[in-house]
Amino acid sequence: MSTLVPQGRRPQRLTIGRIGVYAFLLTAALFFLLPLWIMVMTSLKPMEEIRLGNIIALPAAMTFEAWSKAWSSACTGLECNGISVGFWNSVRILIPSVILSIIAGAVNGYALSFWRVKGANVMFGVLLLGAFIPYQVFLYPLVRIFSMTGIYNSLTCIVMVHVIFGLPTMTLLFRNYYAGLPIELFKAARIDGGGFWSIFFRVILPMSTPILVVATILQTTGIWNDFIFGLTFAGRENLPMTVQLNNIVHSTQGERAYNVDMAATMLAALVPLVVYFVSGRWFVRGIAAGAVKG
Amino acid sequence: MSTVSVRDVTVAFEAVQVFDGLSLDISEGEFIVLLGPSGCGKSTLLNAIAGLLDVAEGQIWINGKNVTWEEPKDRGIAMVFQSYALYPRMSVRENMSFGLRMAKTPKPEIEKRVARAAELLQITPLLDRRPDQLSGGQRQRVAIGRALVRDAAVFLFDEPLSNLDAKLRNELRVEIKRLHARLGKTTMVYVTHDQIEAMTLADRIVVMKEQKIQQIGTPDEIYHRPANLFVAGFVGSPQMNFIKGRLENTGEGLSFLAGDRRLSLSAYPFATAPSAGQEVVLGVRPEHLEIASDGTWPGFKVDIVEPMGADTVIWCSDPVGSVQVRTTGSRKAMPGESLTLHVDPSQVSLFSAETGERL
Repeated sequence: MSTLVPQGRRPQRLTIGRIGVYAFLLTAALFFLLPLWIMVMTSLKPMEEIRLGNIIALPAAMTFEAWSKAWSSACTGLECNGISVGFWNSVRILIPSVILSIIAGAVNGYALSFWRVKGANVMFGVLLLGAFIPYQVFLYPLVRIFSMTGIYNSLTCIVMVHVIFGLPTMTLLFRNYYAGLPIELFKAARIDGGGFWSIFFRVILPMSTPILVVATILQTTGIWNDFIFGLTFAGRENLPMTVQLNNIVHSTQGERAYNVDMAATMLAALVPLVVYFVSGRWFVRGIAAGAVKG
Repeated sequence: MSTVSVRDVTVAFEAVQVFDGLSLDISEGEFIVLLGPSGCGKSTLLNAIAGLLDVAEGQIWINGKNVTWEEPKDRGIAMVFQSYALYPRMSVRENMSFGLRMAKTPKPEIEKRVARAAELLQITPLLDRRPDQLSGGQRQRVAIGRALVRDAAVFLFDEPLSNLDAKLRNELRVEIKRLHARLGKTTMVYVTHDQIEAMTLADRIVVMKEQKIQQIGTPDEIYHRPANLFVAGFVGSPQMNFIKGRLENTGEGLSFLAGDRRLSLSAYPFATAPSAGQEVVLGVRPEHLEIASDGTWPGFKVDIVEPMGADTVIWCSDPVGSVQVRTTGSRKAMPGESLTLHVDPSQVSLFSAETGERL
């Protein structure tokens, strides 16, 4: 018989259930880490070693040659300037698209939740509907419209497309976040003499940091990973990194350079990866903050 | 002259009509309290006066000017909210000066007014703090300060003390009253569901229920001469005792009769001509029931005794209906004890059982 008197903290015991939970978590982590491991290993090996077929093994003769080739001299069709061209194209598309779509979404969300515009709910409904229609439906009409106005195949064109398609999600995000802010704050600002823009910039925007971070993450990863809009609207001069990557991987002649493909892929994935690592904490917090009330 | 005048105002939310032709006149320097249970429309009325809500019909006048179509900032009002509504990213000083900065007031003037308001509310040491570094009471003080610097003719308070604990509420209540006295000619419109706040602060109370004004009067009138059963029951704690019965003609005039209990009403100031046999409700405040050795109504049995320090509330039961008696704190009573109660007919209220209106 145990004479242990229950007092203070209850003792922790390692039960079978707990072991099972850890085992499952470990397997799941391994499952998702394995492809990354193979990619990194392959990119660091010379082709002779890859041909041996030990895809999981550590490289015997580690080399960064594939990485530098992928960045500056891999062939994307006829040109052989590596994926760096695409990287800078993507950056030039990304920065204005992210900034403009967030501004548009924030102003929209602010107007919809605070200013009680006539028909606001109908407008919001229509906007949301837009978010659920497959993009492919819009492609052809948009191409026609842009080519008629003469801005088809340009940086302006692709930025506009990203801003337009980002609007529903951005508006939803900001509207829900602003719905959670006390309406009395807005009333107080109106009595203090604030107008539409002064309340937005002086009172509401300074309180929007968490949702601004979330919006930046969503838009950055979304726009960076985009393929179809870039291919359709950007024009030959401005093709984003994703399109260039596809060209590198699919247009090799002779032996397939697996190490270069892997290195190029990882270079293309770098930006969203960094964004997640740097701001993961904010991301979770902001999603929760925006989702609670709506 | 009245500073605030609400004339025949109708407010509608989409299809639902909130007010229908509501009118109210408030004189300069008056402290008006809008009192009622939640959902009675008191906050809606305040928002309509502030211009935060569009009226569907009617007019709103402030300081002799028709402001029905004016923006809130142009109405010469200041407002204090229940949730304080301080701008979280600004310091106390910036919070208080925000309105003046929006109006492009010269800097020295802003500083002067903020300093004066801070002095008045004793928040000068807090001026450089942020709202999240303040306690609830301090936050509400800052919110009042923000209203104060606007130098408005009319102050609107929307349940300003409801988020505070009981002790702070009492302190700030006194302070608001002191502020009103010190500002002199400032009109205050104050919304609350707390009848103690209403009784202590108001020059006149407007009791509302279901979007309608039930009674407008001084705290004294509201308490001692409630216009109907709702007002009588809503104001006063413990609640007024209601006893159902009917009027009967006896030799020396009308009497109230409930079961075998009887009360002569010859001293009662009837507002309308009553008729014998009419069904009525007799209202008696707990403090107007006196425990006497020889009184009108003998034989009440003590149910529960609630000692509250300064006074004691005794719950008595009787086949006719149970009543609460408020007596001094020193009066001891035991459950089961039999009491004789004395009722002063000049202190009671009589209501029609049918309409609930005062007779």
